[in-house]
Parts: sequence; C-alpha cells; structure tokens
Amino acid sequence: MNLFSQLGTWFQECRASLSQILTTFPEGCRIPLKEWSNDGLRSLVRNYGNIFDIVNDQVLLILYRLEGLLLALPWWLVILAIGVVAWSASGKRGLAVGLALSLVVIGMFGLWDDTVRTLTIMLLATTLTVLVGLPIGILAATSRTVQAITNPILDGMQTLPSFVYLIPMVFFFGLGNVAAIFATFTYAVPPMIRLTNLGIRLVDEQVVEASEAFGASTVQVLWGVRLPLAMPTIMAGVNQAIMMALAMAVIASMIGARGLGAEVLRGVNNGNFGQGLEAGLAIVVLAIILDRITAGYGRRLDYSTEPAQGGGRG
Amino acid sequence: MAKIEVHNLYKIFGPRPQEVLSQVQAEVPKDEIWAKTGHTVGLDNISLSVEQGETFVVMGLSGSGKSTFVRCINRLIEATAGEILIDDSQVLELSDREIKQLRREKLGMVFQRFALLPHRSVIRNVAYGLRVQGVAREERLQRAQHWIDVVGLSGYEQVRPRQLSGGMQQRVGLARALCTDPEVLLMDEAFSALDPLIRREMQDELLRLQQELHKTIIFITHDLDEALRLGDRIAILKDGRLVQIGTPIEIITRPADYYVEAFVRDVNRARVLTAKVVMDREVALIPVSTPPQDALRGMRKLNQYLSYVVDHNRKYLGVVLAEQVASASKAGDPNLAGTLIADTPTTTPDKVLTDLLAVSAASTLPIAVVDEQGVFLGALPKALILRALASEHEILRVLASEQEGEELLSAKAAAWEAGEDWD
Repeated sequence: MNLFSQLGTWFQECRASLSQILTTFPEGCRIPLKEWSNDGLRSLVRNYGNIFDIVNDQVLLILYRLEGLLLALPWWLVILAIGVVAWSASGKRGLAVGLALSLVVIGMFGLWDDTVRTLTIMLLATTLTVLVGLPIGILAATSRTVQAITNPILDGMQTLPSFVYLIPMVFFFGLGNVAAIFATFTYAVPPMIRLTNLGIRLVDEQVVEASEAFGASTVQVLWGVRLPLAMPTIMAGVNQAIMMALAMAVIASMIGARGLGAEVLRGVNNGNFGQGLEAGLAIVVLAIILDRITAGYGRRLDYSTEPAQGGGRG
Repeated sequence: MAKIEVHNLYKIFGPRPQEVLSQVQAEVPKDEIWAKTGHTVGLDNISLSVEQGETFVVMGLSGSGKSTFVRCINRLIEATAGEILIDDSQVLELSDREIKQLRREKLGMVFQRFALLPHRSVIRNVAYGLRVQGVAREERLQRAQHWIDVVGLSGYEQVRPRQLSGGMQQRVGLARALCTDPEVLLMDEAFSALDPLIRREMQDELLRLQQELHKTIIFITHDLDEALRLGDRIAILKDGRLVQIGTPIEIITRPADYYVEAFVRDVNRARVLTAKVVMDREVALIPVSTPPQDALRGMRKLNQYLSYVVDHNRKYLGVVLAEQVASASKAGDPNLAGTLIADTPTTTPDKVLTDLLAVSAASTLPIAVVDEQGVFLGALPKALILRALASEHEILRVLASEQEGEELLSAKAAAWEAGEDWD
C-alpha cells in the first residue's frame, strides 16, 4: 500500500515535469555556442594576437600610403585618370565624360576627401577579395570535393547578417579601417568565388577537349584555355564583389571605417537628412563608376559576342 | 605494316563498367544490360588495323560509337578493356605523362565543331600544338605560317576564329592539326558541320594534302558519300559493333548485312564504281595477225558480233565486226589489219562511271579499258555500265515483277477490249 502511494506521487511529479517540458523549452539543455565562440575568439586573439597586429600594421601602412597618394595628387588629375580608365574600359566617350563630371559634382558637395578614403578602402578590400577568391574559385571548379565544402560555407556567409561578422573583426583588429576592410572582404568574397567557379565550369568543353588532344597539361589547360575563356564571368564576379563592398561602406563605418559611410552614419545620428543624402549620392556615383569600368572590361574579354563575319556554321 | 592496331576494344559507360564487362562479353543484349545495370555499351569488341599512310574511314549513324572510338585512340575517353597499339606501343598502358607525350608528338585531331580557341588569333591557334610542346615563339609562328599558307588562309593570320566562316574555321582546325607534323590524324566528323559545297571543297583539300603528306588518317563520318570519296578502307559501326570493313567497292558491291545494304542503297554508284571494278575481264581477244576466216569461225562459235583485237603484246588495237570480217575473208585478206576499227573509246581503269557515261553514250562501240602502256584489261559495253548503276536487288526486283507486269497488262488489255476504262 505504501509502495503504491509512493509510486503514485512519483508518477504525478513526472507528469508535472513532463507537462512543463512540453510547454516551455527546457532550460537545462542549452547549447552554449555563445560561450564557445567567445572563448574560441578570445583564445584566438590571445594566442595569435601578434599576427593580427602585424597584419593590422601592414594593411594600415598600405592604406595610408595609397590614401595619401590619392589625396596628394591634384583632384582633377585623379578625376581625369578615372575618366580615361572608364573610357578605355567601356569604349564610350560620353559615358566617361559623364562619370568624370559627376565626380566633380561630388567634390562640390565638399566630399572629395571622404570619397577618396572610401575608394581606397574599396580598392584594398576588392584586391584582397580577388587575391583570395580567385584561387578558391579555381580550386572549387577543379575539384568536386572543394566545391562541396565551399558551397555551404558561402551560403552561410551570404545569409548571415553582415553585422554579425563586424564583431570578430573588431576583436582581431580593433575599431578602424583595417577591421572595416576585412569585414568588407568577408561580405564581398562569396560572389567572387562563386562566379569564378561558375565561369570555369561553363567554359566550352569542346575547346578544353581540343587542347587536351594536343597534349596540353592540366596547368596549360587552366592558364591557356579555362581562365581566359572564363574571364567575362570572373569579371562579373569582380563587379559583384565591388558592388557588395560599396553596400558595406555604411555598415563598416559602424566599426570605424572613415569616408562616405561615416558621413551617412553621422547624418543618421544627427537626424541630418541632407548630410546623409549627399554622402549617399556620392556612394551611388562611386558605384556606377566602378560598375561601368569592370563591366566594360568584362565585355571586352567576351569573345563570344564578337561580330561574326560568315556565321558560325556556314 | 599496320600503324594502328585495335584488339577487342570495349567501352562501357556507367559507374562500374568493369563489373558489366563480363555480361557484354557474354553477348547479353544491350537493352537488357541497360535495364538491369544502367550501363550503356559504347564499343563492343572492336578489332581492326589501320595501315601506314591509309585513310581509314569509320562510318556509322549517331550513337553507333564512332566518336567514342576515335577518342579511345588518343584516350580522351578511357576504354574499358582491350588493346590499342600505335607503332607497337601499348596506348592503354601509357602513363598520364606518356599519353600526353604521344598526343603532342604523334597525334593530331580535327573536331566537328572546330573547337578553336576563341581568344587567340588564327596564327596562334595554328601554333597551339607547338606552344604546348614548348617550341620557341619564333619557330612556332614560322611553322604555323607555313600551314596557314598551305590551307589557303594567308592574310587571315591576325583574325580571330569567330570572324571567319565555318569552312575557313575548319581550315584553321586542319592547319592546327597538321602544324605539329603528327603521324596520325584523327578527324572526328571534321566536315559534317559545313555546307555541302564547302564540304566537298574541304574533301578535295584533304585528298590533295594527303597525296603529298601520306599521313595515317582515321576519319569519322556519318556520310556515306564522304566515306566513299575519302576512304581507302571503310569500317561500318552499328550500336558499337563492327559490321563490316572493306574498300569502298567492297562495301557497295558486297554489303555484309541488311544494315549496310540499307546504307549503300541510295549511294550514287556512278561516282564510286570504277571501270576496273565493272569491266568484263573474260573477253576473248583476237591477235591482229589472225587470218579473217579463222577469226570468223571463232566469233561464230562464241556467238560474237564484235571482237577485241590486240597485238602480240596484248596491246589494244581496236575492234572488228563480224560482217566486215566476213567480207575480208571473202576478199582473201592475210590478217585483220584491213578491217580493224581503231577509232574506239578507251579509258584507264581508275575512271569512275560518271566520267564514262558521256563517252559511252557518244559511241556505238564498247569502251575498252587499257592500262598506261595500252595493254587491254577488259571491256565496258553499255549494258554492263547500266547494270552496274542499277543495284543488284533492283535488277532482281525487275526480273521478279516482269511476270506480274505481263499478267497485269494482259488483264488491262482484256478490260479495254471489253470497253471499260483503263485503270
């Protein structure tokens, strides 16, 4: 009898805790990802801090040299140079003149120095993106295993809110331009890798087969055939990377990036719509210029759109 | 000596070809293999040999395995089982490095869709094989220029391939393949993507080049006319199997089975058959020194109205007709020299019938086939030419229907007499 009542109480307790488990998420089984990642991050910074410091110093040095050079040059020379590059890339003189004029307008907003700063960060982040993205893209195109590993990671990188990886960058490099460059790089590198991979995979297999039939080695096929023929798509990757980087300009200003993004942020903080608008327009102009230049080069490298004389078949 | 030998070559497409191989070798039908294992049989026990300097045509419809076959030769596709020998080296056992070496030095290839490098100029495309070999820039451009001149593209060196017409692009493809001076040329439907006129032009070009170069050529095509024009020998593939190998004449006159016969049925025989193949070799010849009465007796015995006259070296002189021999006999001529008709049409044995039709039509006398020294080889009367142009089974059909036709005609005649309408 006693035994029965004991069993009964236990059963009731069980039922109570079961109903609690079913109604509210059990607190005891929390996965401490927060603690793990924070610990991991801390130990990374603790153990490899000096490496991050070295990287920080080097990138900062390059950044200031480039920025200093662009600011030291007369503004009209820089604008002229950008115009000439746009002309040679797109082959359209009117477009080049229009782009140069819009840069002059930005200067008249009083944003010339900020534009140069943003441009410098952009250039460095994009260079880093290409340097890292291109080889990974090539690897992903040549090996199915690499692609199977990179694809989910890239998916994650592209869907993870960009604010999230601002935090570790600050841990590694502190507030400032270098953290901004690396955050921008992280945001911009997925399309670069994806489009490099895609471009190489889309190369006409018949041409690849032909070069193999002449005894070309893997390296000869890659450098002589695959990469040159993938260039239009790879340039689209560079173009995308630059656009992503520009989209990051304002967000990166939250961790200390200087330039136009910081102006926009200041406009938000001060409730100053005009200030935000001017800087925002300047970013748009920068985006258009960089887009037209890279897209222009991409078209140049596309041999499939060249005018055919006698038709492909006849 | 055979340049290329292929022994019992198999190619099975699918994830585990080696496991399916035994079934294919046990001649399990292909449909069954596909249904049971999901493997496709590409090549099924191919054995053949290609002679040095020969143009060997592999012909078949799409899906017959001909493109697979040519790619197995240079191992762009790895065969499942079998043996390929090029100059006694076992191609299928070469290491990765060795096969690349073989491709660079001995094998050139021309592709159906040209497969030129769109980002390189014509001359740099032609020089590509040499570039792969690591030949110095100066030399490779020089050698490429030579081949550009040979295929008639001088002046287009700096143009990009896409700016050329299809025929010109394939000339670039041909020059590219020849530029490394390979011993073997693999041509995969090389002219199939071209217009008929351009195709013929390119075939002539290849024949012209081959007369000088004597390369060993494996030429893949689905076009029988092309095969017959170009091939010294032709192999016919069907569903990955070798159906027949033979010279063009053998293929046309003695098709191995119904498949080949269906293939050759519509071929323009006049363009393929030569005097040598069609001519009658069993003709009785009369020496010119024969007295007319002896000749007449012989002709009567053989029931001949016309006889071919030769000198003591079998050199062809002309023909004699029975009635003229008879009158010469009455006149008491010592030999046939007086009655000889020397002005008769002659031809060399390599002429195709197309070229002989007009000659035959222009004369009432038969064509005599003679060699370069004028020695008589055979006779080509009109009836023989006509019979050669009609295929054998057509003649048989006519013979069979002759009886039916007569019955039909007499039935119609009876109906007409009875006052009914024809038809």
